[in-house]
Amino acid sequence: MPIYSESFAAAFGLLASSDQDLMEILALSINVSLASLVLSCVIGLPIGAFLAMRHFPMRDFLVGVFNAMMGLPPVVVGLLVYLHLSRSGPFGWLGLLYTPQAMVIAQMILITPIIIALSCQVLEDLHEDYKDFFDSLVVPKRTALLAYIIDARYSLMTVILAGFGRAISEVGAVIIVGGNIDHLTRVMTTAIALETSKGELAMALALGFILLAISLAVNFLVQWLKASARRRAYV
Amino acid sequence: MKFAILFAAGAACLATAAMADSTILVQSTTSTKNAGLYDYILPMVKADTGITVNVVAVGTGAAIKNAMNCDGDVLLVHSRKRENQFVAAGYAKQRYDVMYNDFVVIGPANDPAGIDGAKDITAAMVKIAVSKSKFASRGDDSGTHSKEKSLWAMAKVDQAASSGDWYRETGSGMGATLNTAVGMGAYALSDRASWGAHANKADFKIMVEGDQRLFNPYGVMLVDSQKCPTVRSKEGQIFIDWLISAKGQAAIASFKLEGKQLFFPNAE
Repeated sequence: MPIYSESFAAAFGLLASSDQDLMEILALSINVSLASLVLSCVIGLPIGAFLAMRHFPMRDFLVGVFNAMMGLPPVVVGLLVYLHLSRSGPFGWLGLLYTPQAMVIAQMILITPIIIALSCQVLEDLHEDYKDFFDSLVVPKRTALLAYIIDARYSLMTVILAGFGRAISEVGAVIIVGGNIDHLTRVMTTAIALETSKGELAMALALGFILLAISLAVNFLVQWLKASARRRAYV
Repeated sequence: MKFAILFAAGAACLATAAMADSTILVQSTTSTKNAGLYDYILPMVKADTGITVNVVAVGTGAAIKNAMNCDGDVLLVHSRKRENQFVAAGYAKQRYDVMYNDFVVIGPANDPAGIDGAKDITAAMVKIAVSKSKFASRGDDSGTHSKEKSLWAMAKVDQAASSGDWYRETGSGMGATLNTAVGMGAYALSDRASWGAHANKADFKIMVEGDQRLFNPYGVMLVDSQKCPTVRSKEGQIFIDWLISAKGQAAIASFKLEGKQLFFPNAE
């Protein structure tokens, strides 16, 4: 298909000339996704750890809810956030609609359940394996959790990457709450949607390649950090 | 460490994102945006008035609803009937004529309904219906969709009864609907500007144009500050005044795509 070569050429052209609009859009994509990821981890990882270590009556129900929420449709989340942040909604006075902050809020709602559900599963598995052993040594829960986190650090890194992947790739929520405003709330995915709607399919695909390249770069960076950490561990 | 730097950058980005005071938000139909009109005139608005205009481009129906939720300062759409309702409901004091263009019916080169060059839009639509040729409708409550429904009504065709058969409602914007039409060899109604600026045309071309019933006027309104106290009335009115001024009208007229004028100023 000739569109691939055309798109690759367009993607390289944009990157080689470090097109200013593209750089702005890329920076906003990464900033919004990272901000929502960090906030989601701050909220989600402690909840995941809590659910993994404690047993209480509603615990299984909650885990089920968070597991189900991993499949939240972005467009529904976008709509709900829109309704709340709209000037006629309960938080309209904040004036957040059509700002990057609104996009961060929407993405947080999307990825926090992923962080909670996956980190809970990772830590729960370790807890099952080591619970009796640690109990027999009278290791405090807090110390045990620390041991789990250190042991599962690479799995948890993958959990965080899954959240990042969801954040940087979704379009349904950010296009509603951000509005795809040029130089203000346009990110890679909404730019791709816009180019597609203009019939500029090769340009849309070129932006898709660039987004994919960013995801690859982030993942390879994490792999490299992991590998170098392992090397240090064996020295 | 790298992570910390990126996060700091993210936080800084959020801190600076709060809108400056001389910024307004326009709820707009998509055609003006996709054709590139805003990219052309908004730098002039900024230079003349100092106002930064941000544009949210959605269908006319969605734009009106967003404006009714007070999520915009100015409304620029193309559905006369609903604009009048918007004004009548007190959401705007006044509607201003700003410009017009026209709708066209586009279709594949093999022209299964045989309507190429037709001068009578309703006759052409009857032919599409009778030959059961595929027709891609916006189906999204937009200005173009309202227009299309009124044309079917004028042609006395109950197109909705054939929804899913030859009448295909995409429920999407103009661009997506044009992509769909091109993909499945269907006719579609489009404003001339959106079609002109659309890059994925394949072997499609304009089949029907020039009927006076295809007239497509755009109106601009300032959202009323009594309904919506957060509206930036002063800046919004300055923007509207610029659009309907001699200078703004000349700017609209001078916007060309591939040598063709896409919007025709008609402010009073």
